[in-house]
Amino acid sequence: MAKVPVQFTLNGSETAEFIDSGSTLLHALRDKIGDTSPKGGCHQGTCGACSVIIDGELRLSCLTLAENCNGTAITTTSGLSEGGVLHPLQRAFLDAFASQCGFCTPGMIMAAKVLLDHTPNPSRDEVVQALSGNICRCTGYEPIIQAVLLAARANSQNAA
Amino acid sequence: MELRKNYFADVRKDDLHEIGQDRPRSDSPGHVTGKTSFFADRNFPGMLHLKMVRSPHHHARIRSIDTSEAEKHPGVARVLTAKDVPHNVYTILILIQVGPEDETVLADGKVRFKGEAVVAVLADTERAAQEAAAKVKVDYEVLPAVFDMEEALKPGAPLVNEYHGQNYYLYDSGECRKVRFGDVEAGFAEADHILEQSYQSSPIEHAPTETTGCVVAPAGNDRFTCYTNTQAMFFTLDNTSIILQMPGSKLHFVGGTVGGGFGGKVDVIVEPIAILGAKLTGRPVSFIYSREEEMQISSPRAAEKVVIKDGVMKDGRIVARKVTGYTDAGAYSRHSPYGAQKGAGHYPGPYTIPNVWIDTYCVYTNRTPSSAMRGFGVTIGDFALEVQMDKLARLIGMDPLEFRFINAYRDGDMKAHRQPTEGAALIECMQEASRAADWPVAEKYMAMSSYAKGA
Amino acid sequence: MAIKRGRGVAAINYPTGMNLGGDPTQALVHSTPTGNFMVTLSSVDLGQGMKQIMAQICAETIGVPTDRVVVDTADTDTGPHCMGTFASRGTHRAGNAVIQAAKEARQVMLEVAAEELEVNASDLETDGLGNILVKGAPQKAISIFDVALSAHFKRGRSISGRGMFLIPRSYPEKETGAMKPSTCYAHACTVAEVEVDDETGEVTVLTVKNVFEIGRALNPKMVEQQLVGGSWMGISHALYETTEPYYPNRDHGGTDFNQYLMPGPGDLAETEIIVLERPSADGPYGAKGPGEMCANPQIPAVANAVFDAVGVRIDTLPITPERILRALRAQAAT
Ligand code: FES
Ligand code: FES
Repeated sequence: MAKVPVQFTLNGSETAEFIDSGSTLLHALRDKIGDTSPKGGCHQGTCGACSVIIDGELRLSCLTLAENCNGTAITTTSGLSEGGVLHPLQRAFLDAFASQCGFCTPGMIMAAKVLLDHTPNPSRDEVVQALSGNICRCTGYEPIIQAVLLAARANSQNAA
Repeated sequence: MELRKNYFADVRKDDLHEIGQDRPRSDSPGHVTGKTSFFADRNFPGMLHLKMVRSPHHHARIRSIDTSEAEKHPGVARVLTAKDVPHNVYTILILIQVGPEDETVLADGKVRFKGEAVVAVLADTERAAQEAAAKVKVDYEVLPAVFDMEEALKPGAPLVNEYHGQNYYLYDSGECRKVRFGDVEAGFAEADHILEQSYQSSPIEHAPTETTGCVVAPAGNDRFTCYTNTQAMFFTLDNTSIILQMPGSKLHFVGGTVGGGFGGKVDVIVEPIAILGAKLTGRPVSFIYSREEEMQISSPRAAEKVVIKDGVMKDGRIVARKVTGYTDAGAYSRHSPYGAQKGAGHYPGPYTIPNVWIDTYCVYTNRTPSSAMRGFGVTIGDFALEVQMDKLARLIGMDPLEFRFINAYRDGDMKAHRQPTEGAALIECMQEASRAADWPVAEKYMAMSSYAKGA
Repeated sequence: MAIKRGRGVAAINYPTGMNLGGDPTQALVHSTPTGNFMVTLSSVDLGQGMKQIMAQICAETIGVPTDRVVVDTADTDTGPHCMGTFASRGTHRAGNAVIQAAKEARQVMLEVAAEELEVNASDLETDGLGNILVKGAPQKAISIFDVALSAHFKRGRSISGRGMFLIPRSYPEKETGAMKPSTCYAHACTVAEVEVDDETGEVTVLTVKNVFEIGRALNPKMVEQQLVGGSWMGISHALYETTEPYYPNRDHGGTDFNQYLMPGPGDLAETEIIVLERPSADGPYGAKGPGEMCANPQIPAVANAVFDAVGVRIDTLPITPERILRALRAQAAT
């Protein structure tokens, strides 16, 4: 199968790889580049576990062709903490006990990050909207909603 | 959440250091940073991907299988059929002596549900495996299928599974597991009212966000390491060892971090065939269910039918209860005979009833085999029991909550399966619910206790 | 046509484990040279937090803080046998095995400390912070760090223990069904409040008030995780979920999350959770298994609330708008 080069910035680092033409970004990230933080829960765009941020927008990496990502800046959950310090959203997920099995967590955090980047003080409804493309089977969602609201409050306190 | 420490304070010591404390979960930092390693996060050079050719029919005889085109497909390393599996006919509960072996790893001569595994294709990429699977030719002779449990139990119904010989599981007690306590007919005779009702459920999927699967790597020393999301490590290892006729010492299972189970990952479905593939090719193998397979091929919670006949007095006492439960096992046993039996041990629910009669059946039909799920053998029974309780209360014009107090079990009460009740707390739960939901009940019920009368 | 309200109640119990096949779990505990403790198991953490809970149980029993315990589980080359994580057995069975193993290790630890302090082991106690003290004379103490060093480098002792918990198999009596199918029972009572639109058949669960009796909340925050998630699943089962919507007809089964329905973050009922603790005689620190039963009472409570609202009984799960409308139509026809 024809190999094609892809090159993008992943969590701030220049990254390049040869992949099978037609591969998804999820496949490229997990199986070629070795960033397994996006999870494959359905490979059909219905669970949100594979969510990543491409140029500031929330994307399902299982429905994104890797070769279309050339030149973009991609953020995944594994790239959120800096210097060993957790991102406020990661901290909030811990404090709110918002992970059980944890399989949905990276995708949830991606969806929440895009929300908070655009809307630092979201209403509960806005949080619900932002998470509505992500499936969680363990938590019943409420702890996740609470975690996102907690992170927003922590952010605004730090900003103040 | 609120802990109500005032209940049972007399029997509880609260002077512990670590127990009862909200310690942070040690696994959560891994979850929020994406560093937790799930089985599918293991990737090995040269790894093969396994895809199943599945039956398009609910019930059919296999006349022939032609894998020649699939084998020639670029990237295909190996194609497996029933004859490649050393001990192809198995059942997982054989480990605890619950037989007979009734299921095939890969179909041999017959398929008994739509989606049943027939041929396994191993290829360099998922895509190649998928494409090659589409080239496998299976010639089927379609047979009549049966989907309805009542139909399945009628004489002359299509036989689902020859290993059983009839469309129900044969217990040592006969066609059903039985519980007999008191004299149920005498109870009905004395009752002021009789109510017989029937309840039904449909199959339910566990839907964990992580689908069932495993990644197998030959360790280079004749052993195989299997990274798996099974809910039961040795249960899966030991069954694999039987199916592959391979000493358990050659198998090394690593797991324990699972993206949700809910009972859906106890079936020993992916590991044996993936390890066989690794053994025959000498290469790592990944076998991961697609979401569609997880939804329709992995075993669901069984559909159940529950018929309850109760005799109740005007004063609220239930004097007789007869329950007939039917568990739709689908085409194979898996854990279902056990689940139906668990139901027999659960009825008549948390109530003290002097006359009880229980029959639970495990029925075979031509559908995806069902298996364990959160609340196995009990969840649907509780739905039936508690709706029935509501109907009974209304039938005699009593408040539904007060009606439950009258019948609630307490310490020392003998259960239908002849175990004395210990550690009961139903009454206290109802008292607290009465307060929390602002659903008042008479003072005498609020004064009740689960402790044995006179204790 | 109107939106109608109703409420319903349900009360249930639930068995911990199921020993109709024999039900064993084993555990090993040992200390490192500097007094940290390893728990070795082959039990599986499905997300409910088994690893964390086993660490807390081991820590409590040995008498050290939880962060000095590491749980190594689910590697068949190292971990002793566990039947598996199902039937609400994990915490109960593995927890009991860990307690037994930790007690044995604690005894060796106290014996080594006794030799170091030149007292009797029976005169020693732990402070839960990592020290061993002489009862009544707390100034005479030694850290577990030093005890472990001594055991390893000076006294040649292994601070370790083996734990085995087995509920023997119960064979149901053929004719009467007499059996001992499980150990302790958890309990619950749920009151659900719903709104039913009698024009569309749609049900909205407004509130669920759940009271759960679980023996002992070993880690209350983690118990809450289970109970909140379980309550959500119960409502989901009541109203939405099935792989065969027209069972026993095999067609129309959903194959993805767009077709297989569950309540999303915008469809949540206001959920109240109250926990009672009646410690079980045979549970680890009195715990029972809460993980399964917490999803059961909502189903009948919602069904009963629907009846209370619109006066029709839906005795077939799930309680879909279609079933409600058909029942309302049948009711109107009579
Ligand atoms: S894996 Fe991409 S949405 Fe499920
Ligand atoms: S925590 Fe398990 S799916 Fe969300």
